[in-house]
Amino acid sequence: MNEKTAQAKERELSARLLEEIKRLTAGRKQPMRLMEVCGTHTVSIFRAGLRQLLPPEVELVSGPGCPVCVTPDGYMDEAIAYAGMEDVIVATFGDMLKVPGTSSSLAEAAARGGDVRIVYSPLDALAIAKENTGKKVVFLAVGFETTAPTAAAAVLTAERENVGNFFLLPAQKLVPPAIGALLSDEDARIDGFLLPGHVAVVTGSEKFSFLAEEYYLPGVVAGFSPTELLRGIYRLVRQVTAGEAHIENEYKSVVRPEGNPAAQKMMDRIYETCAAEWRGLGEIPDSGLRLRDEYSRFDFSAARPLDLPPAPPKKSGCRCGEVLQGKILPKECRLFGTACMPEHAAGPCMVSAEGVCAAWYKYGGGIFQYG
Amino acid sequence: MDETIQLAHGAGGRMSALLTEKVLRPILGNPILDRMHDGATLDMGEKIAFTTDSYVVAPRFFPGGSIGRLAVCGTVNDLAMTGAEAKYLSLSLILEEGLAVEELRRVLRDVRAAADEAGVAIVTGDTKVVGHGAGDGIYINTAGVGEIIAGVDIAPQNIRPGMDVVVSGFLGDHAATITAARHGLKLPETIQSDAAPLNGLVKEMLHAVPEVACMRDPTRGGVAASLNELAAQSGTGILLDEELLPVRPEVEGVCELLGFEPLYLANEGKLLAFVPAEKTDALLDVMHAHRYGKEARRIGTVTEKAPGQVAMKTALGGVRIVDMPTGSLVPRIC
Repeated sequence: MNEKTAQAKERELSARLLEEIKRLTAGRKQPMRLMEVCGTHTVSIFRAGLRQLLPPEVELVSGPGCPVCVTPDGYMDEAIAYAGMEDVIVATFGDMLKVPGTSSSLAEAAARGGDVRIVYSPLDALAIAKENTGKKVVFLAVGFETTAPTAAAAVLTAERENVGNFFLLPAQKLVPPAIGALLSDEDARIDGFLLPGHVAVVTGSEKFSFLAEEYYLPGVVAGFSPTELLRGIYRLVRQVTAGEAHIENEYKSVVRPEGNPAAQKMMDRIYETCAAEWRGLGEIPDSGLRLRDEYSRFDFSAARPLDLPPAPPKKSGCRCGEVLQGKILPKECRLFGTACMPEHAAGPCMVSAEGVCAAWYKYGGGIFQYG
Repeated sequence: MDETIQLAHGAGGRMSALLTEKVLRPILGNPILDRMHDGATLDMGEKIAFTTDSYVVAPRFFPGGSIGRLAVCGTVNDLAMTGAEAKYLSLSLILEEGLAVEELRRVLRDVRAAADEAGVAIVTGDTKVVGHGAGDGIYINTAGVGEIIAGVDIAPQNIRPGMDVVVSGFLGDHAATITAARHGLKLPETIQSDAAPLNGLVKEMLHAVPEVACMRDPTRGGVAASLNELAAQSGTGILLDEELLPVRPEVEGVCELLGFEPLYLANEGKLLAFVPAEKTDALLDVMHAHRYGKEARRIGTVTEKAPGQVAMKTALGGVRIVDMPTGSLVPRIC
């Protein structure tokens, strides 16, 4: 099949899915609220111009699926403090550079002379450690189930190769407990979940069955192309209108019910679950990963504890917390697009490429009307 | 703006614009500089164009080019975008103590080859050496002068609603190559930097279709940055069509992996042209006949609606904004 025919087929399929979604939801009194949990989904939805194609009866809200966004101020303050130390190299995913801590950011720490390196993988950070034996290299281990296995692999490699100057600043988080926490809030009004494809590759789709069993809510694991997203949304709409609740997998090419056992084993070997602080959601039991005792020597916050004052609550009026819970839309925040823009962000949701506020801002304030 | 220079100030997006608008122009502004095009056109008897650019790139050598080839092509292309034929270049080198002379020779041979291909002469230059650790091997600045081709008038202010937007070929090859080289990603050998002098292509375009209203080479910040600048400068809207954008699947793949968009990737041998719609076919015909324009195509139109904004009709039929990039491209976490 040549490229043009494939494109035409996709377009035709998308048009039919949209038609079906419209037909199924026509005349609903209250719009159904579907939450996409993953930041990459959020951005893909905006890039495809999907929001404006959906009928008003289907509302998409974004959840806490941007790793940068849910990282609390206190963690940034620690990373910034370490970046200011002579013998430390901070290695991080680029997204973290501009996230504001209490009074500064890593980008500013780098401009002041701190050694902050952007890496694409924890293994790059390990390579930096091997090249700079006189320095301590601290990798900012943030992210979800998608990044935890590679961080685990880096630790295991460092152990095997006796690299003594490689550390993590661990703040890895798990998605399913956060969804559970969202739903235990009485204000949560969510009718179904578009589940994160990449996370599910590791966890498996079964990990999300609690949604149907405990909360009687449907969930669909979806891929990232416009048509895959539409397919996922259509499946959710179909379940909601039929009053059903089960977990479907629309990303079968890469997601298995049981996930990736090798990655899970690797994580399990070096990490154990712990309570973790999420920006906006507060502390959620069993939603974080910390290094097991055997590997705690790789935890830089233990190797060199800091005595920082707890991050004070933000006075700026930033409402990232509520945005991350799907309680308000970015445009309902007083700062959105005025005091808070990508160049000078008040909160992390405007900083990260995958942040909800950044996506709203970048792609025209939600539903964009041309002209 | 922040009180220290950050990397994003050099990335071609909004932070770069802030540096220009808040720091450079208030001190250095004058009527010629304030036209804010890729090069200045000067009236010194003959109409000539003048531009300068500095080159810092890691790695210094990459598939399809090197810092030396970039230093010539970038300046030649900036001149070409003003409708000028480049004649003479200056070459300033800032070398870091400890750089191998053989490496410098390799760079210079690339400079020479690109200059020969473009038909320009390096007529003046300068060399400075900074201490070990004070530079990154080699920095190059080139300045260039050229003669404005008779009868053409290329300026952002000439862009009018109804015109077509044309691009000369595949988007993002250069940035994808550099990113892959920097991070050890394996790309098929078919993907390499597009660094190329465009003066030959431009000359043929302007000879066949002197009505071309404006051109720009979408380097740092990519097509998105260039079009946003031009929309603002011309007071028109620009509507792209996603299905018409030429992007190689391999480049698309790099973008998906790292969370980039091809529209924001730098190109070093591509141009955007604005042309009255009735002349588009004639323009594409001459472009297709040139080695650097084989994949040229129309990608959008200039609109009266939404002045100053760039938008794109998506493959699904939605319309979304194509915003100015805000800082350096950084890979996403997951």
